[in-house]
Amino acid sequence: MATGKVGRRFSYAFLILSIVPILIGYTWLVIATLSTRTQGLLPINAEGGIGGLTLSNWKFVFEGDIWNAMLNSLLIAVAMVIGVGIASTSGGYALSRFKFPGRKAFLTGTLVLHAFKAEMLLIAIFFVLRWLGAIPVIGDYIGFNSVGGVALVMVALELPLGIWLMKGFFDNLSWDMERAALIDGAGRFRVWWQIMLPQVRPGIAALALFTFIAGWNAYLVPFTFTIGAKVANMPVFLNQLISDTAPVNWNLVAAVGMFQMIPLIIFFIFTQELLLNIYAGGSKGT
Amino acid sequence: MRVELDNLSKSWDGVVGADRITLDIQDGDLVAFLGPSGCGKTTTLLMVAGIYKPTGGTIKFDGQVVNEVAPKDRGIGMVFQSYALYPHMTVYGNISYPLRIQKVSKSEIRERVQKVADMMGIGDLLDRKIAQLSGGQQQRVSLGRALVKEPQLLLFDEPLSNLDARLRLTMRGEIKRLQEGMGITSIYVTHDQVEAMTMADKIAVMSDGVLQAYDVPEDLYDHPKTLFVAGFVGNPPMNFFDVEIMATNGDFRAKSGAIDLVLPYDRAKKAAERAKGKVVMGVRPEDIYLVDDSAPPAPGRTLSADIEAVEPLGREDLLGVTIDHVQMRVLVDKTKGARVGDAVDLVFDLSKVQFFDPETEQSLLWA
Ligand SMILES: Nc1ncnc2c1ncn2[C@@H]1O[C@H](COP(=O)(O)OP(=O)(O)OP(=O)(O)O)[C@@H](O)[C@H]1O
Ligand SMILES: [Mg+2]
Repeated sequence: MATGKVGRRFSYAFLILSIVPILIGYTWLVIATLSTRTQGLLPINAEGGIGGLTLSNWKFVFEGDIWNAMLNSLLIAVAMVIGVGIASTSGGYALSRFKFPGRKAFLTGTLVLHAFKAEMLLIAIFFVLRWLGAIPVIGDYIGFNSVGGVALVMVALELPLGIWLMKGFFDNLSWDMERAALIDGAGRFRVWWQIMLPQVRPGIAALALFTFIAGWNAYLVPFTFTIGAKVANMPVFLNQLISDTAPVNWNLVAAVGMFQMIPLIIFFIFTQELLLNIYAGGSKGT
Repeated sequence: MRVELDNLSKSWDGVVGADRITLDIQDGDLVAFLGPSGCGKTTTLLMVAGIYKPTGGTIKFDGQVVNEVAPKDRGIGMVFQSYALYPHMTVYGNISYPLRIQKVSKSEIRERVQKVADMMGIGDLLDRKIAQLSGGQQQRVSLGRALVKEPQLLLFDEPLSNLDARLRLTMRGEIKRLQEGMGITSIYVTHDQVEAMTMADKIAVMSDGVLQAYDVPEDLYDHPKTLFVAGFVGNPPMNFFDVEIMATNGDFRAKSGAIDLVLPYDRAKKAAERAKGKVVMGVRPEDIYLVDDSAPPAPGRTLSADIEAVEPLGREDLLGVTIDHVQMRVLVDKTKGARVGDAVDLVFDLSKVQFFDPETEQSLLWA
């Protein structure tokens, strides 16, 4: 259906208006990271006049701590994408296609578990991580106060959503294609890997993106289960920055926050096309 | 390959998909499964394919029970109504897929795919994506994919029902020619009886999961063993009405209200001997004529009727008429110019009349 010219103008105006507050917020963020002080959207120098632009807020990029935090964030996010990706695509397929005892209970169970907020589970998870930490050799990497432990917990918390999401995508695929592949000579694993997975690529992309962002921005779990700068990820590092320095240098905080966003922005720029295609791709399949 | 189904059944806790299907398919034959929607055609086919596990009975390929054999080891090819192509692969990728799984050498794959594609008339489309093909081309790819591994048995599940009428006609001929030329035993599911009649060596008529009849097309049409088969095979469907067969001075007559027709001696005698009271009489719409110069009234075979509806079918008109509250369909030449409301005389050609027991619905002539 063709939209009229007036209608199109109206929708543009509406869209622009609705992103103005967000744009103002980001503009402030960028200006703040480059000034000593700000008043409204304007940078202010020591004399109270307009000016005083500086790069001194960005000095932290030459320190090791922030890079360590960034690496930890990346490790958590990537581990989550891989862990959630594998478990959700295989589990979602099984739940969508196979009949087995306990299937229904499992489905409702995961849904109920998803309703529990992570906060309620913190203490129980603490004990689990302590036990895991006691396992010889690998314990140091997946127990309490380790990046692996944090990633493990985050994967577990993200799985219900992931499995349900992927199950939904698999549910929408025709059985015929699968039957054709079985008759063509493929085994179950090959059907999943070569025939079914390529059909749900948009779903995998969406899940990977959500999971990556959740892992990158994770705060509560890393904050609770890590001690000290060595295993801190970016959000925890930012929090330490706020609480360690008094008075708080908000312009420094803004710069670190901005720094945390940069990888996400780059990620978005490169995947924008793919993300916009998720919807179109999903409906093209049949 | 010879295929034998013996009491083959499938049910899902209470829902019956197929109920004790027993039939025998000769090597090289094309057998059509014909029946209304939901009668169990696909269910039976998928059991033969090995996708569904039978809940009872056996499937034999060349005398070997194959119930426990995996689909990939049954040596079958299948064509689906939805085509079921792999949309992320090219035409070449789709047709070559069965061979790639079998780890056939690259050069041989190329050769065999090209050969099959040329045979299907899609030899120049091999690099296309599936989404860039028309429905007819997609069905050819799907047929090519089924043929490329040189199967012993081809299964078709309503392969043409998504195509337009004209294309269906061409593809019908092409499939039949291919199947006959290659001599591959085939099962062809359809609910289009013209398709079944023209393509099949034998037709299995099903309803509600039960095999109603299994016969060569002509016999299904001329010697239907049950009321269901008589009503299902043939378009427009056969007319049925309850009558009593009376023997009066050497003649057999069918009587009911205003209906009073002299019956052909042999058929009527046979039916009368087996009938317990009333019978269901069947006459096809094309065996009833409007009385005029080319069809003069015949004594004892003419009844008067009122035309209630006229349905133009192109070359012919399908009339809905009533004879003393009994409704019938009559197929007449367009040139007769029949109009709604006309009172007409109809002459019956009863040489192919059918009789059925109203209780058992079995034919009194052939069952
Ligand atoms: N997986 C299933 N679970 C439960 N019932 C099923 C299943 N598959 C088929 N049925 C039932 O079995 C019966 C036969 O279905 P089937 O698909 O074989 O019909 P069909 O003859 O192929 O019909 P159509 O012409 O519509 O394709 C139907 O009543 C259907 O609801
Ligand atoms: Mg079907």
